[in-house]
Amino acid sequence: MPFNILVLSCLAYVAFLFLVAFLAERRAAMGRIGWLRSPMIYTLSLSIYCTAWTFYGAVGYAARSGLEFVTIYLGPTLVFVGWWLLLRKLVVIGRQQRVTSIADLISSRFGKSNLLGVVVTLLAVVAATPYIALQLQSVTLSFGVFASETPEGWALPDRDSTAIWVAGGLALFTILFGTRNLDAKEQHHGVVLAIAVEAVVKLVALLAVGIFVVWGLAGGPAELFERIDASAIADWDLQPGRWAGLIFVSGAAVICLPRMFQVMIVEDGEERHMARASWAFPLYLLLMSLFIIPIAVMGLERMPEGSNPDMFMLTLPLSEGQGTLAMLAFLGGFSSATSMVIVESIALATMVSNHVVMPIWLRLRPKAAMSGDVRRIVILSRRLAIVGVLTLGYMYYRLSGGSAALAAIGLIAFVGVAQVLPVLLGGLYWRGATRLGAVAGLVTGFAVWAYTLYLPSFGPGAALSVAVFEQGLGGIGWLRPQALFGVEGMDPLLHALFWSMVLNTVAFCLVSLFTFPGPVERMQGAAFVNVFDAEAAGPQGWARGRAEPEALLVMTQRILGKEAALAVFAAEARRQGKDGYLPDATPDFVAGLERRLAGSVGAATAHAMISQIVGRATVSVEDLMAVANETAQIMEYSAELESQREELTRTARQLREANEKLTQLSVQKDAFLSQISHELRTPMTSIRAFSEILTEGDLPPEMVANYGRIIHEEAIRLTRLLDDLLDLSVLENGSVQLNLGLANLQQLIDRALASASHTRPERIFVIHRDLPSENLFVRTDADRLVQVFINLISNARKYCDAAAPELKITVRQRAGRVSVDFVDNGSGIPKQSQGIIFEKFARLTDQTRAGGAGLGLAICREVMANLGGTIGYLPGQGGAAFRVTLPLRLEQQAA
Amino acid sequence: MASHVLLIEDEPNIAEAIRFILSRDGWQVSMRADGLGAAEAVRADRPDLVILDLMLPGCSGLEVVEAIRADPATEAVPVLMLTAKGQGRDREAAERAGVNRFMTKPFSNADILASVRELVGR
Amino acid sequence: MKRPRAPLFLKRGSYRKRRLRDGARMLPILGAILMLLPILWTPGETAKADTATDGIYLFAVWIGLVLVAALLAPGLADDRPGDEGEER
Repeated sequence: MPFNILVLSCLAYVAFLFLVAFLAERRAAMGRIGWLRSPMIYTLSLSIYCTAWTFYGAVGYAARSGLEFVTIYLGPTLVFVGWWLLLRKLVVIGRQQRVTSIADLISSRFGKSNLLGVVVTLLAVVAATPYIALQLQSVTLSFGVFASETPEGWALPDRDSTAIWVAGGLALFTILFGTRNLDAKEQHHGVVLAIAVEAVVKLVALLAVGIFVVWGLAGGPAELFERIDASAIADWDLQPGRWAGLIFVSGAAVICLPRMFQVMIVEDGEERHMARASWAFPLYLLLMSLFIIPIAVMGLERMPEGSNPDMFMLTLPLSEGQGTLAMLAFLGGFSSATSMVIVESIALATMVSNHVVMPIWLRLRPKAAMSGDVRRIVILSRRLAIVGVLTLGYMYYRLSGGSAALAAIGLIAFVGVAQVLPVLLGGLYWRGATRLGAVAGLVTGFAVWAYTLYLPSFGPGAALSVAVFEQGLGGIGWLRPQALFGVEGMDPLLHALFWSMVLNTVAFCLVSLFTFPGPVERMQGAAFVNVFDAEAAGPQGWARGRAEPEALLVMTQRILGKEAALAVFAAEARRQGKDGYLPDATPDFVAGLERRLAGSVGAATAHAMISQIVGRATVSVEDLMAVANETAQIMEYSAELESQREELTRTARQLREANEKLTQLSVQKDAFLSQISHELRTPMTSIRAFSEILTEGDLPPEMVANYGRIIHEEAIRLTRLLDDLLDLSVLENGSVQLNLGLANLQQLIDRALASASHTRPERIFVIHRDLPSENLFVRTDADRLVQVFINLISNARKYCDAAAPELKITVRQRAGRVSVDFVDNGSGIPKQSQGIIFEKFARLTDQTRAGGAGLGLAICREVMANLGGTIGYLPGQGGAAFRVTLPLRLEQQAA
Repeated sequence: MASHVLLIEDEPNIAEAIRFILSRDGWQVSMRADGLGAAEAVRADRPDLVILDLMLPGCSGLEVVEAIRADPATEAVPVLMLTAKGQGRDREAAERAGVNRFMTKPFSNADILASVRELVGR
Repeated sequence: MKRPRAPLFLKRGSYRKRRLRDGARMLPILGAILMLLPILWTPGETAKADTATDGIYLFAVWIGLVLVAALLAPGLADDRPGDEGEER
């Protein structure tokens, strides 16, 4: 097959994946998640466990060591069929704490410790490096297989440039789909669906090659068994230590690998999905492993001496003249490699940005939580991290020479990530596990792994000198990297696994026993270990009433985005029985908010940002007492009381608010009459006085003209007032006749801006609009809507006190409703007044005379109610901000 | 010498009408449009009469009267209060604060002139 | 001030559910034992061609585990709390 057709089909395949991801994102954005989150997609997405290592490397592994390759799939099988023991707890905790990565989980469990987050991130990045190199190597090798077959002799100049192209392309794809937006929870529907598709492709490809080999080449199962018995791997050379050790390490890896954690817990962790995956994922692994031995046996039998067994998947069909089959196998391998790299680099990038970049950035600019655009920084740092991770993988590939067997490289990475397992298990099941213990265990395990396995993998004389290999570090014999403490003759991998896990666990346990956990740590410990005990989320550490809700809202907007933040706050305000967007900053609410923010930027960062607003001394002595009480009986009882008390408080607050409203209304009724009297008498005074003056005669003509003009003006003012009052009474009675029709929103806003420009025409206003978003048709009463717009724009012109006044008009369409925001850059409306501005005659300071009688916003509210919409004040937008919402299509009410 | 009237009224048209009526009658009229600093202006100018609107920007007419009455230098200055609200409650409050006369808008030109003359004692 | 006492004896349905969960916890242990079993018959020390037969054994165990897990999963998935009443 011509090489350039191969490259073309690769590109076409990637473009197809792109389309799949894009369509899924669009579907998810429209709220039609549906089957995008189903057990089936979930199980398929888990298949990124099977990387190019499985696809190419397993055959090579089998050709070298027979049945030993299955250990890599038996470990995960045991972990999944035993999901009730561990994975279920992980999934529940992941959802409750809104965990974003394995580093976040560990950091969150041990008191939201940033140090731990950094350690796990570092470990994960270093351990992933050889693994990513493995994928690059396998794709490069597979290209090489086709290149050497090319009759025209057309080939890429060298392997390194192939690897660089592959790495660059993967970085681009990952950035495009992994970091498009910062979700409330780190979920990437597009990517998940794309890797589910890739899962199907690689399974189909492997089964196709397998079926061809068994029935096409070997001549059926019975024949095949004879061939196996006759082959070089006929005698299974089981090494008990490696057999058990590899099952263990692969089981550990499937839990701790950053990419597995990403798809298993972060993307779509649900018990229902996990239940299905508990048998479906092992079944997938079984199918992937089923034909490995036959392919290896036939490869050994048919292929010439010295050909690379890692490439049998391709070379075997090619040598039999099955070009199409080889092509399919090539795409399968390509799928395995790409899906792994994409998810792995997303997971690592999340860790790097949340645990390394954000904390540093917050430390450098402590006020940035309030002022800077956090989202931009997070996304930028994730993109850079993706590029960084792929660059590291490429460098490992170059340094290690790209020659080692695939399985050997993969196992190095497995042992590396397995170092997280003791701390993870300890954190989930042992309340006595402490932060310092976790740090000690992880650092010990990491160091031993690096010294005994990772650094030696570059070869003697590369990272470690030959002298160190032979005489040990500093000439101390028992520190030889492959014979620690003088244990010689052990398999190097087993040696590294044994010592790193043992020393890791010992350090973790010992240090935990001798240290004392901090308060946040103890609360988190209780919340994790007792996660299934009836919502025993533990007492929340935030003190009551210290946070200013508006400040919290501003910060939340910086992370979640404006719409999402307003939605969260409005929902909480409703739950508390309040109107508007600003709930009380109760401890529960602040703690919930922290978890939600943790879903975007990680637990440690979210905790630090909230601390800046609420204050650091967050844990009271009473809270500590509750934590310290191991029996938790008192807690449960008081939680019950607390909930009853809160219920009562909420009812009381609702009653109090209703009462206040009634009192206010009655006061307003009186005030209304007095106001009407005032508003009518004031123009009448001028009219009467000047008309008397004019009647007396003997005035110079210019004064007559002047006084005549005043009488005219005041008469108009009187008329306008009466019009407004009449309008309001019609609107309030609901007897208004609506003139419904289709109107273009952009034209309506144009009209309103033109009319409102007569208000204080001397002020130069800068208007920000987004014309394309305004270009939509609404079915409503256009004149009435324009009346509301004019009112809001005029108000901005009158009251915005900025030196260089600006007005921003934003139109949004969602779920059949349109919202139009008018936000100026003045000092806004003080919080205590925000509740009354829509009342009649509610000019803010009673004396402000700015033309109207204070009926404008009251009329707006009534108009919007008649148009089936609302108008409200948006707090925390850095100026006076009003939001008008209306239905896209208003139907005529049945009259 | 013409007697001096200080007029504190925030509606420019009403202020202009009163100024015209009084100055035609030979009064010297100075004007302010808000309540802030009104009491200080009374002390500095020593007018023969203060005409005061009840609803003023800055601080209300009642507060201005109280400030005038609290200062020994100005406690004797007569005050005529105008209001467009015209409720009994407001009149009582104004009299308690030490207002000499209370008039409801709209008024006839003759009435206001008569009241001014009477209060200054001319 | 006492934690509400957990019922000592359960209704039949709840009792079944508990045992189902026990089974789910035992399954991986059973699987591990079966998978480590080949260590005992030490195929590495015999010269017999045993890759094919032992491979069949491993895959049989594997399929068995998948089947049992598939049988257990539906019962475990619809895990509604609060149906654990005392037997009367």
